[in-house]
Amino acid sequence: MTTPAIKVEGISKLYRLEHAATRSKSFRELLTGMATAPIRRFRQLSGSDKTMEDFWALQDVSFDVQPGEVVGIVGRNGAGKSTLLKVLSRIVEPTRGQVTMRGRVASLLEVGTGFHPELSGRENIYLNGSILGMRKREIDARFDEIVAFAEVERFLDTPVKRYSSGMYVRLAFAVAAHLNPEILIVDEVLAVGDAEFQKKCLGKMKEVSAGGGRTVLFVSHNMAAVRGLCTRGIWLRNGKVAMDDTAEAVVHAYIDTAAQAMSTQVELKRPSGASIWMTRASMSFDGQPTMTAPMGSELTLSIDFESDVPIKHPRFGYVLQTLEGEKLLNSNNRYQPSPQFDEPVSRGSIVCRLGAPPFMPGRYVVSLWLGDTSGDQHVELEVLAFEIVEKDLWGNGQIPPTVTPMWWPTTYEFSASPSP
Amino acid sequence: MPTPLTASDDALRELVIRPRSGWIAIDWRELWTARELLYFLVLRDVKVRYKQTVLGVAWAVLQPLFTMLIFTVVFGRFAKLPSDGVPYALFVFAGLLPWTLFSNNISQASMSLMNQQSLLTKIYLPRLFVPSASIGSGLIDLAVSFLVFALLMLYYGVGVGAGVLAVPFLVLLTTAASLGVGLLLAALIVTYRDFRYVMPFLVQSWMYLSPVIYPVSMVPPKWQPLLALNPMAGIIDGFRSSLLGLPWNPVTLGVSSASSLALLVLGLYYFRRTERSFADIA
Repeated sequence: MTTPAIKVEGISKLYRLEHAATRSKSFRELLTGMATAPIRRFRQLSGSDKTMEDFWALQDVSFDVQPGEVVGIVGRNGAGKSTLLKVLSRIVEPTRGQVTMRGRVASLLEVGTGFHPELSGRENIYLNGSILGMRKREIDARFDEIVAFAEVERFLDTPVKRYSSGMYVRLAFAVAAHLNPEILIVDEVLAVGDAEFQKKCLGKMKEVSAGGGRTVLFVSHNMAAVRGLCTRGIWLRNGKVAMDDTAEAVVHAYIDTAAQAMSTQVELKRPSGASIWMTRASMSFDGQPTMTAPMGSELTLSIDFESDVPIKHPRFGYVLQTLEGEKLLNSNNRYQPSPQFDEPVSRGSIVCRLGAPPFMPGRYVVSLWLGDTSGDQHVELEVLAFEIVEKDLWGNGQIPPTVTPMWWPTTYEFSASPSP
Repeated sequence: MPTPLTASDDALRELVIRPRSGWIAIDWRELWTARELLYFLVLRDVKVRYKQTVLGVAWAVLQPLFTMLIFTVVFGRFAKLPSDGVPYALFVFAGLLPWTLFSNNISQASMSLMNQQSLLTKIYLPRLFVPSASIGSGLIDLAVSFLVFALLMLYYGVGVGAGVLAVPFLVLLTTAASLGVGLLLAALIVTYRDFRYVMPFLVQSWMYLSPVIYPVSMVPPKWQPLLALNPMAGIIDGFRSSLLGLPWNPVTLGVSSASSLALLVLGLYYFRRTERSFADIA
């Protein structure tokens, strides 16, 4: 057995969460509360106050990664995936445990860290490259490759603030893709950028891992990408390793459990700092709260919300995707017309009628967004799930094969051409 | 077992990540390996500073020039502060040279971490470099100010002596002291945002506690060593001795040199001590 490239031994990470402020009961208490607030705040910040709650983001996580392995890390939001990557990237220190890494490590948790909008593409390649840990001569040597990969030749001397978001992402990924480390740690950075570029990035990552025997650790919600890229999967649940097996087996088990854990109705908690938030989300097919529906059923999504500041026009959006993570369709009343409340309200409901989306049989997942004019306040990713089952839609005994996740209602017109 | 070497010299070294506590030594080897990063960060700060400003580098000339003019009118003419026998304009400019370097470095360095949180939370790099990089543009401004000062010397017909050779040493001391304060404040601001509001007030008060607009000789002799605990006292006094040929004051300069180094060490070690929790609280 060779020496592992990454050896993770009993890693735990403790975070201290600030409790919700205790409510003052009298005016006198309010005043004394105000007077002692700075001291209390100081205590909280320095961590000696009792109103802090312990939260273990990672608990006793151990695994070895052999050189050349490509490991996909899956799990729900808050399962500890990002914390694990941050510990492995030396950004945060573990509370307990030890990690040993052999080889040059590069981590890519965000696309374009340290990019400066005022600087040109050329200047940013050098800056970002050196932030990611490249030497100047390495950047010199790969400069042309980076520029070609990003397809920004013509704009090399333009400040990146004038770049389109697509160009920006392409350039940023191109720098990172040419790092050439022994160990590459990648967070869900491929979620940005257009589909074609995502493919190119995945191809590049494949090349990186297959070509040089490089070790890759990859976090993604895109199960298809994990399946396609990774040789092994690690499933994190509540900060612990729930499963460590082949990528195929882990993705399969994760998808199964993820679908079971979701339901037609969920109670939601207010995220810290949100001024408007969802308290409940639910869905129904043809008016029935069910998770399983035949093809052609009418889907309704609804939420209850509360708001600190009474609001006339809450912004709500959803994304439907396959369980594998492929996004299919979305709507958002930030852009699409929708009614408003006549008077501002501090609580209410929003019902979205989608009609009958032409889904093929399979499992689908719903993510929800709620916000106000300033932006998104409450995001719930993959919060509802449902399954579409076969139905003889047209009464002709035909069930079309699943070529794409959706079929499309189409009117066919035929006309015969006169023979020449 | 010998490990195969690749092109890069730090390849395949073993990295161990584990919880640490207490005072953490400075990893000089790491800083040396990553020295090019410091270069690119300095280059970025310098470029960004002069891009998109209409007057560009002219600001580095105008700022100290106008400050000098205002101080000369208000403190030299109206308040009639003494200037050890040299023209007040020259006297105050010689003090503003190190003072502007000091205060610019502190303001830039102390806000550097807060303004670039993604460098703390999205990537690992030698974080000492982030505040340190702010010093590059301060030094360039100083170089420009020196040119203005030289012209002013010509105008007043004042020559320079051998004392000017001490300037690099004094600039080094100023950099050390300001880096110390900058690192300390940068680390404090990440943890306690209140220090954002403390910083400008601190810099302003510090100016009046430093002999920028008045000579050290105005302070009673028995208090002078105490004044010299402020590194800027000895440095500004040294600048005037060096550039204007005023008598040197070894005690003041000695005490200030020591306190500059003490500030640098304090800043470095406080930064290192708190650094490992930056990403958790930023």
